[in-house]
Amino acid sequence: MLIRVTSEVLRTEDAVAAVESPAAGAINVFLGVVRNNNLGRTVRFLEYDAYPAMAEKVMRDIAIEAQARFELEDCAVLHRTGRLEIGETSLLIAVSCGHRAASFEGGHWLVNEIKKRVPVWKKEVWDDGEAWIEGPESLGIQQAPASMR
Amino acid sequence: MQVTVLLFASVAERVGARKLELQLEPGDSVATVRDRLVERFPQLRECIPTLLYALDENYVKDSSPVSDGATLALIPPVSGG
Repeated sequence: MLIRVTSEVLRTEDAVAAVESPAAGAINVFLGVVRNNNLGRTVRFLEYDAYPAMAEKVMRDIAIEAQARFELEDCAVLHRTGRLEIGETSLLIAVSCGHRAASFEGGHWLVNEIKKRVPVWKKEVWDDGEAWIEGPESLGIQQAPASMR
Repeated sequence: MQVTVLLFASVAERVGARKLELQLEPGDSVATVRDRLVERFPQLRECIPTLLYALDENYVKDSSPVSDGATLALIPPVSGG
């Protein structure tokens, strides 16, 4: 299992190599990449903050749970921090498993759980300002009174 | 008796610091430490409804007791991915 929070560029081949297994019939790779727009605004770049030690711990908990739920052979979950330009990879997930269906489901479930509870934050920087984004799926927003969502 | 408080993202910007050391009082919980922080930094008040808390890297309820030497992280709504 490969779990990492890093300011270094994320390389797809590292994640794939980490999950390769003779028992795997499928390896599914997901890249979360920086988009140049959000909610109608032009995004210049993103700045990611993280609580690295806890983020890695929570990512590992999620990966262990995914392995059990979807009978995955192995998982790699990497998140980048710092300034990321448009098109760069912020989140890299690879899962290996016996058959393809579980590799898609397991990968999808992993991304959703990461967005709920891993302590990582993105700031959008626009031409005319900036703002920290509060993920609509995050537990913090989900637990808030309905009027604040 | 001391607690280290870690601040991130929007919360760190509001306070102008990423780390604070606070004196603990007997019987302190996450909520009482948080309330003392809000007294000192009123600009935190509007963050409270969506804030989560972690003690030594584990999510906890705000009723959890805080022990000497603990690290308390204030976790605003996450937005990784």
